[in-house]
Amino acid sequence: MLSRRLFLKSGALLGCSAAAHPFLSSITFASAPGDNRLVVIILRGAMDGLDVFQPYGDPELAQLRRKLSVGPQNGAHDLDGFFALHPALGDLMPLWKAGELGFVPAVSTPYRDKRSHFDGQDILEAGSGTDMPLRAQRDGWLNRLLQNMPGVESHTAYSVGLDEMRILEGPAATRSWSPATQFRLSPQGQRLLQHVWHDDPLFREAGSQAVQIISDGIEAVNEPGGPTRDARAIAQFAAARLNEETRIASFSISGWDSHAQQEKTLQRPMQRLAAAILTLKEGLGANWGRTTVLAMTEFGRTVRENGGGGTDHGTGGAMLMAGGAIRGGRALGDWPGLRESDLYAGRDLMPLRDIRAYAAWAMHDLFNVQNDILERAVFPDLDMGDNPGILA
Amino acid sequence: MLDYSKLAAIRLGYGLSPVIESPADPQALVATVAEAGPKSGDITMDVARQVQLQVKAIRDENADDRLEQQRALSRETLTRGARQVKRRLARAVRDPGGFGERLVQFWADHFTVRAGNGIETLTSSAMVTEAIRPHITGKFGDMMFAAETHPAMVLYLDQQRSVGPNSRAAQRAPNRNLGLNENLAREMIELHSLGVTADYSQEDVRELASLLTGLYYDPASPRIFLPGRAEPGAETVLGVDYGGEEPARLEDIRAVIAHLAAHEATAAHIARKMAVHFIADDPPQPLVDRLTRVFADTEGDLAAMNLTLAEAPELETHLRQKVRQPLDFMVASLRAIGLDGPDVMALTEQEVRGWLMRGLTAMGQPWSQPRGPDGWPEEAQAWATPQGIAARTDWIIRQLPRLRKDMPDPRDLMHAAFGDAASEALQWAVPKAENAREGIAVVLASAEFNRR
Repeated sequence: MLSRRLFLKSGALLGCSAAAHPFLSSITFASAPGDNRLVVIILRGAMDGLDVFQPYGDPELAQLRRKLSVGPQNGAHDLDGFFALHPALGDLMPLWKAGELGFVPAVSTPYRDKRSHFDGQDILEAGSGTDMPLRAQRDGWLNRLLQNMPGVESHTAYSVGLDEMRILEGPAATRSWSPATQFRLSPQGQRLLQHVWHDDPLFREAGSQAVQIISDGIEAVNEPGGPTRDARAIAQFAAARLNEETRIASFSISGWDSHAQQEKTLQRPMQRLAAAILTLKEGLGANWGRTTVLAMTEFGRTVRENGGGGTDHGTGGAMLMAGGAIRGGRALGDWPGLRESDLYAGRDLMPLRDIRAYAAWAMHDLFNVQNDILERAVFPDLDMGDNPGILA
Repeated sequence: MLDYSKLAAIRLGYGLSPVIESPADPQALVATVAEAGPKSGDITMDVARQVQLQVKAIRDENADDRLEQQRALSRETLTRGARQVKRRLARAVRDPGGFGERLVQFWADHFTVRAGNGIETLTSSAMVTEAIRPHITGKFGDMMFAAETHPAMVLYLDQQRSVGPNSRAAQRAPNRNLGLNENLAREMIELHSLGVTADYSQEDVRELASLLTGLYYDPASPRIFLPGRAEPGAETVLGVDYGGEEPARLEDIRAVIAHLAAHEATAAHIARKMAVHFIADDPPQPLVDRLTRVFADTEGDLAAMNLTLAEAPELETHLRQKVRQPLDFMVASLRAIGLDGPDVMALTEQEVRGWLMRGLTAMGQPWSQPRGPDGWPEEAQAWATPQGIAARTDWIIRQLPRLRKDMPDPRDLMHAAFGDAASEALQWAVPKAENAREGIAVVLASAEFNRR
């Protein structure tokens, strides 16, 4: 087997379609991208999984948290007699009942101990272990997936919104656009700009894509106002692309860093998350049945409330799954417990499994990608373990 | 070939202007940095406090027209915020070398406080006046102390809610569950001083959080430290003991910040960050080493750091390796079309919001609203995206012409923006535009204008 660095380097040297490489194609089994859709939402700021999916059935919870995560007594929606869904996500309850919403309560990336948002997000999007210096990890794991899928074109994957999405960065060509962007220029103006961008690879590539997107007739999305407008516009745009030839979309929802007044702080991001998922479902129509949504965050938060009615940076956290393609209505994976001896470093939820294993199995089932590609190229040195069965 | 004044204006300033001459050598350039110090009329916390007290008074009085009062105050606050944005932009446009205002931008971003509403726009602007501008030619440690203890920072990173669990305040209110909040302590080490790659532990973060208790902000009082909220006893941060006296003192916080600011990891972190921001995303190691040495040898003298950058041969060898962030791009465009500071000041606050601030939002850099306390990204890939380039082009086509009635001829604009150094591709393309508006877009949306 190729060493990982050499493998990545060969992809980088190739520059465009890694699948055309004779060696790579020989280890690439999957057929064309097919009809399944994958949406990855990065929840930036470290979502408090214990508050989103409240383990009210664990007797320790009430000792650790006095105001937060109280469970159904405080309006949360009971899920399975042990976990309850935060009230601000109540609009998603019909999905839970229909088996289109699920979660894993205790996962994490391999990142430990320094609890930096920025390094944590970089590792989440790079999909790497901790054996390479962070600055060397520019590629995202969705890009490495594309490098290993045949029949991929630039519109196969879209990053949506104004946030940088490292998860899609890398040698495989992808597209990037924001639903509110306007761009009107005569054909002559477009040609002249492409001429002056030509000698600068970064501007040439990005500028040509902008021109291409405009000439494809993709219009700015106009959603009615309100606090969830941006999230709805992004989801609507993503759904429209996924209804065409796009199969992978990624965007982020920020605002989860709830060091203080968590009850108030998390209202907005939760409303945005719920609105984004519901807008995807509505926009995708029949294609929702072939769609898997994974919402992941850089790490969880402290199990105890802090002095400001909030929580500080932790380790284990939750991953949310949605979509018509999943087997939802249940919690996947085990619960580590909240007793002092159950915790990580005496303060954080103990992660029970690598979040990348869930993402890897989802990609395996959606796109028919082989395990050895997922464990070596997409998530270097990952042990995928048993299939948790995210998909129906 | 660019002479020094043009090279420095492009790399360390906001680009060339047909009406404002840039300094001709490094000494002259750094001499202009002092111009970016605080000026009379710059907003201070006094103004922000007044507004906060007004908000409280309206709430407490609870008159029949309370809602109208709140709305009127909120409108006035938004207008005041836009006026601060206008002043910042006007000072940037008219700064001859541009270096001073770029440094203000750099340090305000290093000590990011996010402004999510009108009042926060005032407090974050006040922080620039009170904690950033006074120190851009002073000592890093003094800037760091001013920034960490400024009300805008205390509020933004939740220090306001961090109380010693055994303090008098916590004992008096056992039901309020008062305790530590790690937010400011963590970012103070990770982002503001040592950097995340340095050798420190969760325990250092925890101890620093405990030492920082007592920092506080109350709009009705000038005091920033309340000993009754401070955790009793000594704390050990990076192996050094602080505090332990009763009552607790602000001096201990001053001491730990001085220690963090003088740490060798801080010298390397700040040096690299300045090199990344001003020279190249992947900066040349010799420059980083020189800056690190200067920082260490001068105990963080920022005037010496500024001179090191101004004299750096890497200005020339790494020309155009940085992509201008949207704010830099906007100021550079305003300068290139021949506007001066007073032209910007003549805009109404509504025009500032509609024509400038909305444009920044579309380009991905809403005013004072980076995603988190790490500020704006530096890498070219974060800005030269399809949607980013489209939004810049759209702003040039639709908004820029509103800002000047007699827009320059595109060929003159090309000369104003590049001197004689415009690329052949640009010289070929500009005269071929269908109309002047698109000709201007070809100049200002070009890769070479969007790089520095």
